[in-house]
Amino acid sequence: MPSLPTIQPADEDAAARASHRGAFDARVAEAPDVGLHEYALRLGDDALVLGQRLTEWCGHAPSVEVDLSLANLSLDLIGQATLFLTLAGDVEGKGRDADRLAFHRDVLAFRNCLMVEQPNRDFARTIARHFLFSTAQHALMAALTRSTEPRLAEIAAKAVKELRYHVDLSADWVIRLGDGTEESRARMIDGLDWHWRFVDELFQMDAIETDLAARRIAVDRASFRPGFDAKLAEVLGAAGLPLPTYPRAVVGGRKGHHSEHLGHLLAIMQYLPRTYPDATW
Amino acid sequence: MSAPRTGRDWPLWEVFVRTRGGLSHRHVGSVHAPDSEIALRHARDTYTRRMEGVSLWVVRSSEITASDPGQADAMFAPAEDKVYRHPTFYDIPDVVKHM
Repeated sequence: MPSLPTIQPADEDAAARASHRGAFDARVAEAPDVGLHEYALRLGDDALVLGQRLTEWCGHAPSVEVDLSLANLSLDLIGQATLFLTLAGDVEGKGRDADRLAFHRDVLAFRNCLMVEQPNRDFARTIARHFLFSTAQHALMAALTRSTEPRLAEIAAKAVKELRYHVDLSADWVIRLGDGTEESRARMIDGLDWHWRFVDELFQMDAIETDLAARRIAVDRASFRPGFDAKLAEVLGAAGLPLPTYPRAVVGGRKGHHSEHLGHLLAIMQYLPRTYPDATW
Repeated sequence: MSAPRTGRDWPLWEVFVRTRGGLSHRHVGSVHAPDSEIALRHARDTYTRRMEGVSLWVVRSSEITASDPGQADAMFAPAEDKVYRHPTFYDIPDVVKHM
């Protein structure tokens, strides 16, 4: 007597239709890790939206050297976004790749923090945002290199080197503008004050990230706050700038509650692939 | 750190890149920057974007003393007939690279 029932034509049809095409060692389809998908979206959207914002400086920076410098930061971030969104799409398992997620989601589906979507305004405000964001993001990526999710750890290992440079470059400019002319100092103070309300969100935890942190996939963002405050005190001290003291924090980006600015940014970024859906580049 | 300035423009810095270990730094161009540290950052972002280098130097252009093109004859012509100064009369061992 055979140990297994005879395979019937109907069984073969079912196997051929299955996503693993009947391969005997294919992994059984698991429920997608919703938390990891969401987390990869947050990381990807932070990098994508800030990268897109920085591209607005192309051809408009104070000098051609600064133009290249900002474009270079932007390309680092868009590269990181591509990797994180690819991971988000893979984890989701619905066949959406990085381009699909970047160009075919609407504003309410974006999970970036509010700071990165804010308009550039002047060079000082752009630098203030970049210093605040990349200081927090560098600490996060350094910790994520030890994530138990290997794909996350690999992306973080690449990003951490790039963000190290972003922190150094933006800190250099904070010091020079803060310790520069009366006008550059006033603009630097305004830039830091203006972005201060979005800082708390960089360290905000919720149920999704707390669960991922318990599984050692993610890390507790709040644990980076003391290091962030110390770095801020060091750089602002060297610049002779006062610590920002905006009284109220604004949050909501992780839930899709965005400022009016994100929609305008997406309209420009998504125009081409939505108008010419089959375009390749 | 900050350099004395004359006009509103940032001063000019000459950029030198070492393409890999063992080679000397070579002049590749120049950048404008308010001071030497920012000049290094600008040099990095302008001249090493395609993995061209492993080390960078920047030097204030005004610190370079250049020879006078009008004096080129007196400076360089006397070397013209001294072909024996080229090491072409020797076989260079293969192990000697970058000579």
